[in-house]
Amino acid sequence: MRVVVAEDHALLRDGLTRLLTAYGLEVAEALDGTTGLPEALQRNDVDAAILDVRLPPSFTDEGLRAAIEARRTRPGFPVMVLSQYVEHLYARELLASGEGAVGYLLKDRVADAGEFVDSVRRVAAGGTVLDPEVVAALMHRRGDEPVDRLTEREREVLGLMAEGRSNAAIGHALFVTEKAVAKHINSIFTKLDLPVDVDDNRRVLAVLAWLKV
Amino acid sequence: MTSTRRSPWLATGYGLGHVLMVVPLALLVAGASLIVGLSVVGLGVLLVRPFAPALAGFAGVHRRMAASFLGRDLPEARLTRTGAGPWRQVIAWFGQRTFWQLVLWLLFAATGGLALSALAAGLPFGIIALVATAFGLWSSGEAPLWVSLLLFALGIGLAPLWWYYGDVFMRLRTHTEAAILRPDPNAVLEQRVADLTASRADTVDHSAAELRRIERDLHDGAQARLVSLGMNLGMAADLLDRDPELARQLLQEARHATGAALGDLRSVVRGIHPPVLADRGLIGAVQALALDLPLPVTVDAALPGRPGAPVESAAYFAVAECLANVVKHAGAQTAWVVIAAPKNRLRLQVGDDGRGGVRLDRGTGLAGIARRLGAFDGTMDISSPDGGPTVVTMEVPCEWSSPRTTLSSGTG
Repeated sequence: MRVVVAEDHALLRDGLTRLLTAYGLEVAEALDGTTGLPEALQRNDVDAAILDVRLPPSFTDEGLRAAIEARRTRPGFPVMVLSQYVEHLYARELLASGEGAVGYLLKDRVADAGEFVDSVRRVAAGGTVLDPEVVAALMHRRGDEPVDRLTEREREVLGLMAEGRSNAAIGHALFVTEKAVAKHINSIFTKLDLPVDVDDNRRVLAVLAWLKV
Repeated sequence: MTSTRRSPWLATGYGLGHVLMVVPLALLVAGASLIVGLSVVGLGVLLVRPFAPALAGFAGVHRRMAASFLGRDLPEARLTRTGAGPWRQVIAWFGQRTFWQLVLWLLFAATGGLALSALAAGLPFGIIALVATAFGLWSSGEAPLWVSLLLFALGIGLAPLWWYYGDVFMRLRTHTEAAILRPDPNAVLEQRVADLTASRADTVDHSAAELRRIERDLHDGAQARLVSLGMNLGMAADLLDRDPELARQLLQEARHATGAALGDLRSVVRGIHPPVLADRGLIGAVQALALDLPLPVTVDAALPGRPGAPVESAAYFAVAECLANVVKHAGAQTAWVVIAAPKNRLRLQVGDDGRGGVRLDRGTGLAGIARRLGAFDGTMDISSPDGGPTVVTMEVPCEWSSPRTTLSSGTG
């Protein structure tokens, strides 16, 4: 898998490149800003992009804009957006830029290298990955009656599902079997009146829509 | 006199108001006479000390009435207080234009002003009295018919005078009062300097408190975590050969500590200047804020550009504080924010359908916002009857820079 990386801090750029390479991904280009970024995002030999939200010249939200623009001209192009802080508004804009193949994570998550690379692979495969902090805020905001009806464990599963984890990953995180996870998910969908869907990605999107991203 | 014509009923109402205040007016006139009389023996001057504030208060009531009748702001001319002894204070007042303006106003209010008000207020009563007397005389037959007819004609003849001139009398009075009481430009400047000095002191205090808060947050949060992180890493390095399993555990802990430290730093940064405010400006930042609240908040915003960074930041925190109050205290179902730019002002309105009863002095953080906006000559107005709804309106004078291009994706 070949990826484009755009990150203005040299230290983080080099770290990311080294980390991705160590896990068997190929970094096609590592850019320090928006110069050359639109072209790099159009390269046919690139499978996904990892972008920092803040990039020169104005150090505001260039990375986010570049991601949305790339997905406008190249629908479904997988993009993982990284940031020092996560903003609900930005998550909403990214999710609205096309179904799936999009990720939005805090830079801190890079510290868990295995988990991070796994997230990148899921995004490249068309999945949706949202930072736990965004999900926690969404759950908190929807802290209404239907959520109260869920058990503690079901709430945990709902949160992990909204982050875009697979059944296997949820089972691993909660130390339970995949089968138990499937059972929890069925129960959640019944309680929340959501249509049960076998497709992982559509299921994540249904959960996010329910959480009113 | 360009103000629009008001109804004669309104003029009569105001005139009546003036006439009903004739007792305090008479007392003030008596006081003034006493002062003039006693000043021959030198005692009168001392009486000026209580007399002047009373006069200023009474004139203030009339100034506000005139402002409300004319439908425009009439700035107050304030007597300055030196805080010195009565003698020095009175001598200071003698040197002030405002004091003599008040004296002149008293002369007018007790003579021409009172006459004008009496005309506006008394005409309808006069008309009624004349007509009633005419009827009375006619029905009792005590006077010849022509007397009754004459009184009746006089009463009816006065009606158009009242109808067309009642408003003119009151305008004449209020305009004259406005002219007499117009504040001395120097006094306005002095007042402005005093206001600015106070708001600057507030700003400096606020900044110092903010810096202390940031220092404390960093010290208790990220700094402490980094210290423990260094400790863990040091121990892990020592244990690497002897006890690899414990070393691994310490490294895990160290990784969690970096995450927690970053979380602390993020919350400190948000408190100083939220990143989304830098990215998207006031409107985007308020929209982002509204999204995170547990109740639906509609944001209706349009601005011709971005305000200066300090105003933008103060405006953002003002809206944030208001919305935090709504969440904490209002018990509201929905809230709304309107951001608009009438002329060279930035207007922020935050409303909710909660229980109301919000006051500036009830320690809900609104006083802090009002002080902070005061540094930019901003104002805050709270409308919050018990039972709601609440609307907080804030305005700040503001210059606009050219707008930044907005995100092109069609997201809400």
